[in-house]
Amino acid sequence: MGEFKVHRVRFFDYMPSAIRAMAFNSRTERLALSRADGALEVFNFADSYFQEKVIPGQDGRAVEALCWVRGRLFSAGLNGEITEYDLENLRPKYTMEAYGGPVWTICSNSQGTHLAIGCEDGTVKIFEVLEETIRFQRNLDRQKGRIISLSWHPSGALIAAGMMDMIKVFNAESGHATHRLLVERGVGASKSREVVVWSVAFLSDHTIISGDSAGKVQVWDGVTGTLVRTHLVTKWDVLALSVSRDESSLLAGTSEGTVVQFQFISSTVDQHDKEWVRTRTFKNHTHDVRALAHTDTAVVSGGMDTQLVVRPLLEKVEKNTQESALRKIAFPHRSLVSCGKKAGMLLFQFHGHLELWRLGESDGHGKPGDSLPVKRKPEKLIQLKRKGDDHICCSALSPCGGWLAYSTISSVRLYRLQYNGSNISITKVAKLPKVLRSAHQLCFSSDSSKLFASTTHSSVIIIALSQSECKYLHTLRPKSGTRQPVHLMSASEDGKWLATANSDCEIHVYSLHKLKLHCTVPVYSSCPTAMAIHPTTSNLVMVHADQQIFEYSLVQKEYTEWSRKLQKQGLHHLWLARDTPITHLTFNPRNPAHIIMHDTYMFCIIDQNLPLPDQKTLFYNQMTLRSLPEPERTSHSHSFKICKTFQHLLCVSLLEDHSLVVVERPLLDIASQLPAPVRQKKFAT
Amino acid sequence: MAALYEGYTLCGLVQAQNQSDSGIQGIESERDSDHVVVTDSTRSVTLYKVSDQKPLGSWTVKQGQTLTCSAVYNSHTKEYVAVSDNKVIRVWKEEDIILDKAFKATVSSDVWRVHSVPGGEPVVLFQRGAVRLLDSLLSAPQQPVEEVLAQEEAIRWSTTVIAEAAQFVIFQTEQKGDHFLYLQRPNLNAVQRYRLEREEPGLSPLSFSASYRDKHINLLYLYPNGHVYQSVVSVRGPGMEEEAQALPLPRNLLFALPVGEGLLGAASALALDEAHVAVVGVPHPSAGAGKDFLCIWNTNFQTLQAGKEMSGKIYGQLWSYSSKLFIPHGKSLSVIPYECPKSSLASALGKLRQARTEGEMRKIHTNNNTEIKRTVSHLSLCYTSCTLSSTSTAPVEEVQREVEGLLSRSDIQELQPSVGQLASSLVSRSVADPAFYTPGTLAQLVHTQCLCHSVCPDLLLLALERKDYFLCQLCLQLFPDVPEAVTCACLKTFIRCSEKLSIVVVDAQGAVLPTVFFQHGLEVLQTAYSDTFLLPHLKDLSSQQVILFLQYLQFLYLRYSQDTFTQTHGLRSPTLTQIMDWVCLLLDAHFTVLVMTPEAKGLLLNLHRFVKSQVRLFSELGKIEGSLEELQKIKVKKEVGQYSIEVIELF
Repeated sequence: MGEFKVHRVRFFDYMPSAIRAMAFNSRTERLALSRADGALEVFNFADSYFQEKVIPGQDGRAVEALCWVRGRLFSAGLNGEITEYDLENLRPKYTMEAYGGPVWTICSNSQGTHLAIGCEDGTVKIFEVLEETIRFQRNLDRQKGRIISLSWHPSGALIAAGMMDMIKVFNAESGHATHRLLVERGVGASKSREVVVWSVAFLSDHTIISGDSAGKVQVWDGVTGTLVRTHLVTKWDVLALSVSRDESSLLAGTSEGTVVQFQFISSTVDQHDKEWVRTRTFKNHTHDVRALAHTDTAVVSGGMDTQLVVRPLLEKVEKNTQESALRKIAFPHRSLVSCGKKAGMLLFQFHGHLELWRLGESDGHGKPGDSLPVKRKPEKLIQLKRKGDDHICCSALSPCGGWLAYSTISSVRLYRLQYNGSNISITKVAKLPKVLRSAHQLCFSSDSSKLFASTTHSSVIIIALSQSECKYLHTLRPKSGTRQPVHLMSASEDGKWLATANSDCEIHVYSLHKLKLHCTVPVYSSCPTAMAIHPTTSNLVMVHADQQIFEYSLVQKEYTEWSRKLQKQGLHHLWLARDTPITHLTFNPRNPAHIIMHDTYMFCIIDQNLPLPDQKTLFYNQMTLRSLPEPERTSHSHSFKICKTFQHLLCVSLLEDHSLVVVERPLLDIASQLPAPVRQKKFAT
Repeated sequence: MAALYEGYTLCGLVQAQNQSDSGIQGIESERDSDHVVVTDSTRSVTLYKVSDQKPLGSWTVKQGQTLTCSAVYNSHTKEYVAVSDNKVIRVWKEEDIILDKAFKATVSSDVWRVHSVPGGEPVVLFQRGAVRLLDSLLSAPQQPVEEVLAQEEAIRWSTTVIAEAAQFVIFQTEQKGDHFLYLQRPNLNAVQRYRLEREEPGLSPLSFSASYRDKHINLLYLYPNGHVYQSVVSVRGPGMEEEAQALPLPRNLLFALPVGEGLLGAASALALDEAHVAVVGVPHPSAGAGKDFLCIWNTNFQTLQAGKEMSGKIYGQLWSYSSKLFIPHGKSLSVIPYECPKSSLASALGKLRQARTEGEMRKIHTNNNTEIKRTVSHLSLCYTSCTLSSTSTAPVEEVQREVEGLLSRSDIQELQPSVGQLASSLVSRSVADPAFYTPGTLAQLVHTQCLCHSVCPDLLLLALERKDYFLCQLCLQLFPDVPEAVTCACLKTFIRCSEKLSIVVVDAQGAVLPTVFFQHGLEVLQTAYSDTFLLPHLKDLSSQQVILFLQYLQFLYLRYSQDTFTQTHGLRSPTLTQIMDWVCLLLDAHFTVLVMTPEAKGLLLNLHRFVKSQVRLFSELGKIEGSLEELQKIKVKKEVGQYSIEVIELF
């Protein structure tokens, strides 16, 4: 296979934002998640937990709570606003001032007709959910002290509200408070501090469960208004609660990073009366668990440590399957790095700015395993701060390093870069065509003469670039009538083709010569996570969230022989068992049979000329091959060459000089930048 | 014990253009043990009388011609045979002055070498593997010569060996990294072909040596990684049929010589007898780098028996004729006489123990004039025999004088075997004649470090019998091979005599210890022993003796734990482990007896308390060690910076 010179880059200081809130839609199996920077992400739990949509955040927008109403997604935040999102255009659809001060919580009734929000001023406000918008209906009786948490009774007639030191139960019709449940403060020093009821859950049997800042999970009888049981689960706060749909299991997330499970079971075998019994504790976080979702099969949790953790409940899933494995989602499922292959430059996308770096150089040669002396260090050429409040949603660097573009939900900006080896100048391209208002994806043609920007309904705007002007050329539209946004876009090296993929799993290929749709790849059930067009054969290679790989001939308009063979034989089970998606793929111009792809934990070179591994083959065989004498290697090698030397990968790309660039962001580095977790007594401290 | 004696220069080396070449093509024995024929790598053949270091005759081929194989001496016809320019065989006598006027014959194929051994006929080995007797070849020089070797197969080394009245030509070939060995009987035309086992890839044997012993031909070959292999080939092996596969040649690793870093360049191993191998070009295990040694190793015990530093460059060439090693080094060809007596385990081990002192002695030697030394060495041999005869009859004073005179010579090392004989005869006379005893002389002989218990087993017992504790102590200290029974006998004697004497030292616990025992006991503790052999003898001690000995050991242990004691005392002192081992052995042998003895109770309790506290201390130290080891591991972790350019390889 051969030697590669690898630029090992660790200077991309990507820092994901803390997870703030979560809502799971069990009908669509989508998990919505909000982060501290206001960004919203939608994961498709039915499709290998793929992060199919990202709505960038905005300065000043802090999402405190999320709520699904059928397929619609609402949020409320401490800026006092309620927002509904346009999941097709990946932007807020509208924002409504609630006039109650900061909003702490939002929740809908089970019928999906009304939303209730809890405000700083002590009011619970009810909004009616209309076809296109929501309308304020009324306030419930105003209370002294903020409303922190809310839960509708499944009947829709009652609402439980968590406050400071107490829980109130309201009649949703009359708006009057029917019960006041006093929550005991913590012992000792915290006696003087008000206890915050961070979360409440109202069950159909009128049981109310609360989690509070004194570390208690309490079970109340909502009919009589009496305390049934107190479980002290932590010395710190219980921040979040989530109940399973059948109300047999309850999760509580704490500041210690643990998730405690309670189950509604008989405590002894012969007893018929069931009660809430603490059963299991999961510790998958280092910091506060701020958000929780109880799906039918798993505990989904997230918090300050920025990782989304899916912990399957082993009694609900088949053992030793893909489904039973713990998943930690640490990195976005899309690329934040663009590589100027010809210029040896890297563009890093942060939510607030972009960084342009030039890679270092080494003239040395070494044998495998060596680090070469760095003759020229890498250099940060530009740090470009975005304009406006909206965060950057996508960016691109042209292969020649001469153009840079980024988009927010409100505008697209294009810059001309001139770099002579020592000085760099950046000029904003002043007049962009009016049609280009915002883009979901940006991409330059390989000769840097065109900019492709995907917009509403999966359409693609083509802009011609030249020194003097930027001209709108054409808009490419798919014929499928899809309304979903494009999340992947790839132009062919020869300038003939452009492929787009959207959240409907559609892949459209356009002929750039004819400026029209060339073909649509047969729709596969799993969403594509990476794709690229081969520079010489014009075959489109796609990898999907379920780890399947397809190769489609754009000329023949059919799957290639190799692709059929691969499907017939099936991918190796260890390939399928990987739990992070392939986020980028590229080709090796020196060897047309090579496909280079990577996920978070490995990169892989697939040699299409070699035999495919069957299920009995040793899949990760690099160490074995290394130990074998040269002539025996061929008989043991198969097409998947996997390298795990580099970990926590954000990008793997091949430069024009045949050297590899790997951008690593060690999770340990991220963890080291987090604030200190709550102090716990550990041995020897 | 094998020994290398002081060497001398036979002749200077004419340096060829190639620095790595000694300029000597070959050395062959001539009419007797004192004559050799030296062929240089270009044009001349010289006959030397070795003991005189003098050339007796020299022959040179014409300018433009080259000798392509070393000249050999045909003892039947008293003629010399050599080959020039590969094809021209030349035969001449000592009285022929001009080589070109002597007999020559041109043969049809290139000759590799001509071999001749006393008692055998000269044979001609052709480069393509064919073998002819010289006589039959010269009768029809242009006779066709067959090709035995495959293409790309070439001869690397050859020799001839007389075995069971038959002559064998042995040669080794290389073909594309594979090595083969051929055994051919020229008069029968039977060939045996063997394949050598592969060593590490790319390594070819550096040197070969063959000898005939016990109806087998023994091959000894050295690889650049220092491995010396021995292969044994039956002279009655199966003849090879045409196109038959080469048989694998079984080998056993005789020993792995320490090569230091890297591989050997020019080195040679030569079997001297069944137990000794002379090696040149291999670093001396205890000398620093950059020095070249000629060493003799004992293959049975894997010990270094003798070593001699060779000044100047070593070319990896080595010949041996009649107890003399011929070795070109630097700018001269040296002759080094050697001796390999039948070895005993004691002498093999003893050498290593005494390596240090011997090195010092040798330094003195090298400063002396070689010429004088050789004469002296001959003289002293005669002198030894005189001394030996006088020991059996002469009075004590005379014997003392004689031995002193002998020992005062600086070349005592060369008399090693005689020292043993001398000591034995003195001891046997002392045993037979109670009035005769020469403690000073015996001590002097022991001090030479040429003695060991196995050489003179009665010496130590004699010393014990005559209550010569000083000599006992000396023997215990200097003999590497004192049997456990004797060690125990010494111990018993020391304890017994200390019981009778009243001079005592008082230890920390107030226990009373006799000084005599204190002085002599130390040596006993330091002798080598094996638990299983010592234990039965220890059981013979009485309980009183055991208690006394245990007290002594405890005293030593306590004193030595405070480490100032060891330094201040002038004696050689045992280590803490040695003391502890003795305590364990003693308790092991006498535990039940001790438990039943009331006097031992306090001692045992003391010991127990002490051991307990030590165990606790060590367990604490163990914990600390664990933590410190962890710290060390942490440091090893590779630091990956913000940016690096690395090279990886995918397979």
